[in-house]
Amino acid sequence: MDPVGAAPLLCTPFRTSSVGPSMKPAAFDYHAPATLDQALDLLRNHGEEARILAGGQSLVPTMAFRMARPSVLVDINRISALAYTKAEGNSLRIGALARHAWFETPVAAGPVGALLAQVAHSIAHAPIRQRGTFCGSLAHADPASEWCATVLALGGTLLLAGPDGRREIAAADWFQGVFTTAIEPGEMLAEVRLPLLDPGWRCGFAEFSRRAGDFALTMAVVAIRIEDGGMREVRIALGGIGGRPELASRAAALLIGQPPSAAIAREAAACAAADCDPQDDIHAPADYRRDLVRSMVRRALTQAFAA
Amino acid sequence: MSRHRTTFTVNGQTQCVEIEARRTLAETLRENCGLTGTHVGCEHGVCGACTVLVDDAPMRSCLIFGVQVDGAAIRTIEGLAAADGTLNALQQAFQDHHGLQCGFCTPGFLMLATWMLERPQKITEASLREVMSSNLCRCTGYQGILDAVRAAARRLGRWDDAGAISTPA
Repeated sequence: MDPVGAAPLLCTPFRTSSVGPSMKPAAFDYHAPATLDQALDLLRNHGEEARILAGGQSLVPTMAFRMARPSVLVDINRISALAYTKAEGNSLRIGALARHAWFETPVAAGPVGALLAQVAHSIAHAPIRQRGTFCGSLAHADPASEWCATVLALGGTLLLAGPDGRREIAAADWFQGVFTTAIEPGEMLAEVRLPLLDPGWRCGFAEFSRRAGDFALTMAVVAIRIEDGGMREVRIALGGIGGRPELASRAAALLIGQPPSAAIAREAAACAAADCDPQDDIHAPADYRRDLVRSMVRRALTQAFAA
Repeated sequence: MSRHRTTFTVNGQTQCVEIEARRTLAETLRENCGLTGTHVGCEHGVCGACTVLVDDAPMRSCLIFGVQVDGAAIRTIEGLAAADGTLNALQQAFQDHHGLQCGFCTPGFLMLATWMLERPQKITEASLREVMSSNLCRCTGYQGILDAVRAAARRLGRWDDAGAISTPA
C-alpha cells in the first residue's frame, strides 16, 4: 500500500477548484451597476432574460429550485442612491434598497410609521429582514406579503423607472395575480410612496400563521379616519387569501359614519369574511381561511379603534 | 455565465476568489475558502444553518451570491474561539447548557446569537425567542439553546430582565 496515496484522505477536504459539487441555481451573467441609469440600460439590453436582484430573499430561493432561471441578474445593491426612506411633505418615499429591518423602528412620525413598524416585525425572520427589501416585496407580489397588503390599505403609489422615463401606478392597479404585477419589460420598481396619514387616522394589523415567521394564512391591514366620533374614511386590505391582496370594500363602507364599537367591528368582520373567496390549498381549507378573515379583520379594527 | 474575481475578508483575513456568479456565499466559504464550519442545510433560506455575519448583520449565506460580498467583512463560526481553541463565552454556554446535540445547526445559531449579543439593545426574553425562532434545530427542542444564550447574555452583561414575553392579541 502506498502511504503517500492514502495521505490526502486524512487532510481537510480543501478544494481550490471553483467547480464544486453543488450548483443549485442555473448559470447566469451577473452585473452590479452603480447607478439606476446603468441598471436600466442593462434591463433594456438584455430584455426579459434579465431580472433585478435586490434583497434576493425570494428570488434566490426560487432560483435554487430552478423555478426562476434568469440568464442575467442586475444586482442593484451597489446603487446607494436607492437606499433611503424620506418623509417629504405628506408622503413617505421608500427607495428600492430600503430593507425590511429599517422599518422595525418607525421611519416617520404618526400612524403610518407606527403601522410599518408593527408590520415589519411580522415579516419572515430577523436575518431575512436584514437583507430583503420593501420594494422587492412589492415587485415579487407574493399573495401573502405583508408589505403588499399594507401598501394597498394605505393607497400607496409605485414609481417605475423604464426605458421611456418614469411612470406612476396606484397600488390598486399594480397587483394582477400570484407573483404578477403591472410591470412592463425594461422597467424597474424604483420607489414606493405612501401617504403620511395625519394623526386623525388610526391603523391596525393582524395576521395568522401557524409558526412564527411563516407565510401568513391570512392578514388584515386597516386604516381609518375618525372625525367627530364617527368613521369618515375606512380602508381594509386582506392578504394571503387569494392570488393578490384585495380591499374589503363592502365591509369598509359599512363602517362609514359609525362610531367605533366592538359590535360594528364584528359586523364588518363578518361582512369581509362573507365577501372574500378563499381557495382550499395544502395549508388550509377555504372555510378555515374565511374564519381567519373574520378574526383578523376584527382584531385589526379593534386595534385601530384603540389606537 | 460570468466568472468574477471577488475580494472580501473572512474573520479579518483577506480572501480573493474567482467564482462563478451563481456560487452562493455559503459555497464560496466552504469550497473556495476551505471554511466548512458554515453548514448548508436547506439551501433555500428556511433553516438558517448557514447564517453568517455580513458587515456585522446576520444573513443567510445560501441566499447571497459570493460575488455580492465584494468588499464586505464576513464573520463565520471559525472566528469565534480564541486562536488556541478556547471557546468564547457563547460557545462555552452552548456546551454547558446542552445547546446542541448533533451540532449541524449550531454554527447558524451561534452567529445569530453573536449578533444579538453585539446589538446595542440588551436581550430580553421576548427578543431572544423572536430572534432564535429564525433558525431550525431538530434535536434540542430549543430550550437548551435559549438557556445557553440567556446564560451567555447574563455573563456578558447583555441581558435585560425587564423584558416580558409578548403573547398574540
